[in-house]
Amino acid sequence: MKSLTNRSIEVSNKKMTLMERIYLPAVIGGLFITLKHLFMKGATIKYPEQTRPVSNVYRGKHVLKRDDKGAERCTACGLCAVACPAEAITMTSAERQKGEEGLYREEKYATVYEINMLRCIFCGLCESACPKEAIFLTTEILPANFEREDFIYGKDRLVEQIDKRIDVSKRQTMEVVTQKFND
Amino acid sequence: MPKVTIDGHTIEVAEGTTILNAARQIGGDLVPPAMCYYSKLDISGGKCRTCLVEVTKGSEKDPRPMPKLVASCSTPVMDGMEVGNKTSAKVMDARKGVVEFLLINHPLDCPICDQAGECDLQNLAFEHGASGSRYEEEKRTFEKIDIGPNIQLHMTRCILCYRCVNTVDQITDDRVHGVLNRGDHSEIGTYIQNSIENEFSGNVIDVCPVGALTDKTFRFKSRVWFLNPMNAHCKCDKCSGEAVVWMFGDEIYRVTGRKDQYGEVKDFICNTCRFDSKDLGKWTIEGPRHIERDSVIGQGHYELKPADNVKEIG
Repeated sequence: MKSLTNRSIEVSNKKMTLMERIYLPAVIGGLFITLKHLFMKGATIKYPEQTRPVSNVYRGKHVLKRDDKGAERCTACGLCAVACPAEAITMTSAERQKGEEGLYREEKYATVYEINMLRCIFCGLCESACPKEAIFLTTEILPANFEREDFIYGKDRLVEQIDKRIDVSKRQTMEVVTQKFND
Repeated sequence: MPKVTIDGHTIEVAEGTTILNAARQIGGDLVPPAMCYYSKLDISGGKCRTCLVEVTKGSEKDPRPMPKLVASCSTPVMDGMEVGNKTSAKVMDARKGVVEFLLINHPLDCPICDQAGECDLQNLAFEHGASGSRYEEEKRTFEKIDIGPNIQLHMTRCILCYRCVNTVDQITDDRVHGVLNRGDHSEIGTYIQNSIENEFSGNVIDVCPVGALTDKTFRFKSRVWFLNPMNAHCKCDKCSGEAVVWMFGDEIYRVTGRKDQYGEVKDFICNTCRFDSKDLGKWTIEGPRHIERDSVIGQGHYELKPADNVKEIG
């Protein structure tokens, strides 16, 4: 019976010709294709020496921003953790003591802030949820590692260093911000 | 018995019932929100103006509409009264204005505040408020005050609903805190930083609609939406012992009273149960509490038989 979709092909068992039966022309043809690829431009790049250009809003490794005076913006409100679909974020909060105003911007801060990068799916919902503009994803690609424990990033690797500020202004252009609020 | 129609629903209520309580007897969407009225306390209400409703027909005898919007928590119903709440554009507009007024001096520090997630003002502003404020002057601020070892007063967040004053006045023996000064300068306080030392003083935390009075044993420990609220009871000779324990794993982070759908506690619990009973062995867990689906506390919260729980709080 003929198929209804008309996509099936009948198998033919026709006898091969002599040229087809000695296989040699087909083998040489195959080798020629391999040889041709040697002189073509490769499809891959030599990472990590070379990197591909990424978009300004690429979602890579996270950063916990400091404000202009160098105080941590994060107030451990937990909205990133509740927004996280992969349950990658945990935190413990504490009250800021007198004299620590330069370290933490708000009266509450995160003593522990951990992101499990193996769980993280880099969706950027934490960035959208943050009411204090503290957490951002950066264009930095997360490095590989050997141990599972090394993928749990604590505050030591997430908070930006005071002398090595990370520019996130390109993630906050008018276009990006309006799109965020419309979502 | 007077008959009252609220948003098209007619109900017969007892003489002297307020419009708000009549609406609560009908239930559902048409109940006006209330920030200061608390059914468990006498003379509460009439302060926050969030429960304003429009009376389009005064009564059967005098069918003229009331000239202004009235506070439904302190206006008794009359026979044949017709009230508009959700259906009245005037009310919705006025409520938006009331929210803006309430938020004039509110610091909006919800990311820090322990009340966030179960805050009446947050819910009210989310439902009725405008997203911006026209207020340009500086907000008033206060220093945080410790009222006793377990309660913290943060006047900056207060909306002056007087619920805590009524609570301490009515359910405890000696009242030591009230409202000092007048008008814009009013503030809740114990005169010269007196501490409230009464077995039932912790209830001011439960009645506070905002985060002005918070539990110091729970301060900044977690966020309410990460905890699992469980109905639990214990043997207590001072109070009924029926409370809600907020658990994280096997640990009790805080204890509160059982609140109904209007945010009012069923029974006032004592300070021993609230502050000093964080040991799981003391409590008999009855089961998880019913949580409204749209509440942030409901995230990651599953119920086997929600219908049973609804009846329990209903």
